[in-house]
Amino acid sequence: MQINEETVRKIAHLARVKVTSEEAKALESELSTILTWVGELDEVDTDDVEPMTSAVETAMKMREDEVTDGGYAQRVTKNAPMSEDNFFVVPKVVE
Amino acid sequence: MSDLIDLTIVEAREGLDNGDFSSQEYTQAHLDEIEKANKALNAFILPTPEKALNMAKASDERIGKGEAGLLEGVPLGIKDLFCTKDVRTTACSHILDGFEPPYESTVTSNLWDAGAVMLGKLNLDEFAMGSSNETSFYGPCINPWRRDGDDTQLVPGGSSGGSASAVAAHLCAAATATDTGGSIRQPAAFTGTVGLKPTYGRVSRWGIVAFASSLDQAGPITRSVEDSALMLQVMASHDQKDTTCVDRPVPDYRAAMGEKVKGLTIGIPKEYRVEGMGQEIEDLWQQGIEWFKEAGARIKEVSLPHTKYALPAYYIVAPAEASSNLARYDGVKYGLRVEGDDIISMYENSRAEGFGAEVKRRILMGTYVLSAGYYDAYYLKAQKVRTRIKQDFDAVFQDVDVLLTPTTPSPAFAMGEKTGDPLEMYLNDIFTVTVNMAGLPGISVPAGQSSTGLPLGLQLIGKPFDEGTLFKTAKVIEEAAGDLPEPEKWWG
Repeated sequence: MQINEETVRKIAHLARVKVTSEEAKALESELSTILTWVGELDEVDTDDVEPMTSAVETAMKMREDEVTDGGYAQRVTKNAPMSEDNFFVVPKVVE
Repeated sequence: MSDLIDLTIVEAREGLDNGDFSSQEYTQAHLDEIEKANKALNAFILPTPEKALNMAKASDERIGKGEAGLLEGVPLGIKDLFCTKDVRTTACSHILDGFEPPYESTVTSNLWDAGAVMLGKLNLDEFAMGSSNETSFYGPCINPWRRDGDDTQLVPGGSSGGSASAVAAHLCAAATATDTGGSIRQPAAFTGTVGLKPTYGRVSRWGIVAFASSLDQAGPITRSVEDSALMLQVMASHDQKDTTCVDRPVPDYRAAMGEKVKGLTIGIPKEYRVEGMGQEIEDLWQQGIEWFKEAGARIKEVSLPHTKYALPAYYIVAPAEASSNLARYDGVKYGLRVEGDDIISMYENSRAEGFGAEVKRRILMGTYVLSAGYYDAYYLKAQKVRTRIKQDFDAVFQDVDVLLTPTTPSPAFAMGEKTGDPLEMYLNDIFTVTVNMAGLPGISVPAGQSSTGLPLGLQLIGKPFDEGTLFKTAKVIEEAAGDLPEPEKWWG
């Protein structure tokens, strides 16, 4: 599977990672190589095979729907590069 | 008292309880060794000597009162993927600059509750993505081992390179590590240490920086099989905070080790005899088979036909899950922020500067395979192949108790030798990655040396939650291999 530079730019934008043209070129060939290699999986017959969803069979755990933790906004925002009054500060998103 | 650093945990615990030495002396001996060696090895990226000595002092008091825990007074290194309260945790990524978690991971909490002492945080490949510890933002970690008569610097393997290097160089009594595709077992094999990846769900993932959630599992790197069992005893627990962590009792692993292997059946998967595998690896594997025969075990050749598809399936599943897990690093909640014209460019700039090349490659790979129109062809296909791989194991475990394979296709390689080609680097995990894909436990045990004097490991793969049999069989290899050499202390 070959992908082009435009596709690299598109997925980089979806992933919110800015790439330079140099990086995009390198990624174009690296990702194409990896995608060609993983194409080997087409050889495997997976008709009537369920996709693996859990490594070990387990039943979904249930618990009471109640608050068990929280109430410390200051600790939550402590590591933020920018915060004010226990809120995260981001660039303006609405005009 | 420099010989204190040569003790196994089991020996040290006895010495501490007998009052032969204090935890403060034992801890100080390790801090002195870190001081001497770390500049050369770069195993610890953040030593915490003050915290270590305070914890050691508290341990000495508990020992004095007869209240010692299972790991009381034992100094450990912690892979920098485990969140440690108020102690910088970065996953060796620029994007987590200065992050000081306001909480402690479940695994490290368990260790401190059992009396262990923290020496500091250990180097790893950025976000645990790598097989050589060369992608760390804090610079590569170096293997204490060198080839005979050659001072070329070798990689310790990865991603838990810091853990393996520190344990092999006696900078800590043992270390925590994590394994997503081989990140505990491969570095253990490269450094002559014991590395255990438990069954998925045996150990809580809560508070461990997530890479690929359906594959990640924490385990110990130690200098003996018995130490490995003791570490798992403490690390494993049921945890409400991780829904994938199983609610079943933790057996007494050390008790299982005393049992005989006579009558057990050891499976030898023929698909692990791969092209390009060195003759010495082949010979080592054969040697392992002989050791088990001598111990009274039966040997049976088995087939795991989907083995060759495990690695390509891994390189769909792991990047897909990583791209999703790493979406949280956006310059808002913690770590690095690089401003832009608007919020989108702030995200893009922060992530461009914060992530290294390998991490970006995997995020983009993962984003691609999950993107509209490709999900079925890649991700769903890979998860179906994963079921096939698991079915292979389920079938052979009807007939055998444990599987024996080499851990890696070669001994440790030189720095920079494989950084040019991502695929070549990925192939390092060819024998270990199947275990993660199927959620099984696996252990790497030092078994011999290469012709160039480097350590080589053998891997044992067990049934789900049968770590007891792994320890029991690992002990056979450990005893048969006898006293293997230690690395020369070239770092002065």
